[in-house]
Amino acid sequence: MVPISYYLVLSAILFACGVLGFLIKRNVITIFMSIELMLNAVNLSFVAFASYWQALSGQVFVFFVMVVAAAEAAVGLAIIIAVFRTRQTLNPDRVNLLKL
Amino acid sequence: MAMPLHQFFTSTDYLLSLPMIMLALFGMGVLIIDLLLPPEWKRANAWTALVGLVFSAIAVYKVQIADRIAEAHGQAGSFVGFGGSLVADRFAIYFYYLFLAGAAIAILMSVKYLEIEREQHGEFYALVLFSVIGMMCMASGYDIVLLFVGLELMALSTYVLVGFLRRDQRSNEAALKYLLLGAFSSGIFAYGLSLFYGLAGSTNLGQIALTLEQHFLANPKDPVAILALLTTATGLLFKIAAVPFHQWAPDAYEGAPTSITGYMSVAVKAAGWALLLRIFLYMLYPLRPIYLPMIIFVSLATLTAGNLAALTQSNLKRLLAYSSIAHVGYMLLGLVAGNTNNASSTGIKGIMVYLLVYTFMNLGAFAVITSLRRRDIIGDEIDDIAGLMFKAPTEAILMLVFLLSLAGIPPLAGFWGKYFIFLSLIESGHYALATVAVLYAVLGLYYYMRIANAMFMRRAETAEPVSLSPGLRLALAITALGTVIIGIFPEVFLRAAAWSLSVPQASAVAGLLK
Repeated sequence: MVPISYYLVLSAILFACGVLGFLIKRNVITIFMSIELMLNAVNLSFVAFASYWQALSGQVFVFFVMVVAAAEAAVGLAIIIAVFRTRQTLNPDRVNLLKL
Repeated sequence: MAMPLHQFFTSTDYLLSLPMIMLALFGMGVLIIDLLLPPEWKRANAWTALVGLVFSAIAVYKVQIADRIAEAHGQAGSFVGFGGSLVADRFAIYFYYLFLAGAAIAILMSVKYLEIEREQHGEFYALVLFSVIGMMCMASGYDIVLLFVGLELMALSTYVLVGFLRRDQRSNEAALKYLLLGAFSSGIFAYGLSLFYGLAGSTNLGQIALTLEQHFLANPKDPVAILALLTTATGLLFKIAAVPFHQWAPDAYEGAPTSITGYMSVAVKAAGWALLLRIFLYMLYPLRPIYLPMIIFVSLATLTAGNLAALTQSNLKRLLAYSSIAHVGYMLLGLVAGNTNNASSTGIKGIMVYLLVYTFMNLGAFAVITSLRRRDIIGDEIDDIAGLMFKAPTEAILMLVFLLSLAGIPPLAGFWGKYFIFLSLIESGHYALATVAVLYAVLGLYYYMRIANAMFMRRAETAEPVSLSPGLRLALAITALGTVIIGIFPEVFLRAAAWSLSVPQASAVAGLLK
């Protein structure tokens, strides 16, 4: 049987990839995919822990995270399309009307 | 194993979820009625939504009465529904009323504003109602699943509301920034929750707290527990816009429709605080020695960055965004002072009072800014408020009241929020922190008075008159009355805040609220 630490390390690596992608990528769609990657890392660690504790509640959480991720993608893509219509760009550095 | 239906959904479950059911029904009702209304009748959606908020408030009152009856039978604070995942304790009821008041005032502010922006759609009001459902789940959730789902329901509704002026570039941009950073912080928060689930093997806050307590005694420097604490706290601090996770707030506040900016700065922020208090006080209190230095650092950084950045702003919404960041700094100090050793809950009580008075005074200030939006004038620069005294004297004086209250001048409401925070700091022996906080409060007076200076001392830049719609008048009246009455007769409201903390759910767990 594969020990739980393998799953957790994989989940941590996936999560770190997501955070890194969020910070360095320069395309809104890619940034959005990085966030999805982070949520999937969360799912993996929840499933691993759920099987470790033999408890279903962790798997229930995973279902809710998937629903949330889908809703977030719907809202996010709608907002991205609205931004693209008014500016013709997907680079967040060029979306800079509000000063930082 | 077949269970009869009444065990899945008992009458207690029904009572506890009634406020949310009401909001959901009216929210969906608004969506359907909107389809049938001709364009000139769209404002009727606002009244439907307001009726929904009233019905929800009545349902909350029913819960409160049930709580009183339970107390008379010696079972106070025993309201648990849905298998322990939802508790409607007094803490939650207090926040319920706060959210409903904030949403109602924000809707009153929005009616005319959306007509000027030519974006009067029913979805707006439905989304406000749905976001209140999310907030209620955040305040009453006792299970990380419900807390997370509530957080996301609120956040997703707010992302859309921020970008509601879809033809306006600034609104789009604000929505995009808010969405990306909000989703990012939710991801971090969920990762922290997954680690806590791994440590405890349960999603119930009380269970997690008990396990953490034993775990922490056996192994005080467990790196997994510390990583879980850091990620969870990061997610929460993002939501309340504390430094160093505040960058989204000024942009989102500036670009959002003004009434939604006001809504975000009070109700959404109060929901973030409800979640933060629920998690820090009920789940993470065994880790308090570890998180205390972190909270002290964050609150000082928040006070410094919020106050200093507010000094130089020329945009009113941006200035108030930085000021709201500074206010979060004061409230975080209340969390520092909630001291377990001398069993004082003054700090937490201070946070509750602060959130209450902040709801009125900040929404009032945003109501005045909303009225500056006229045809062809965006009206969110300090130049736009110049000479308000000569155009609309009553409004200018009300704005002065809100600004003085925000600065914490007695006898206005804002004073009591700051007073209890400072008192709790002195009670728990944090004299240096109290001194720093008082000095920053003086600094805050400067940038609030810059707005007052523009209103009273300068000439108007344009001759365009300022007129108030009936909804806005009502919103201003409610917020002004709230600000002045809480300031002059604070006892009732202080008792309400103390009441909200009086019977903590699972009192063995809530170590800070003795």
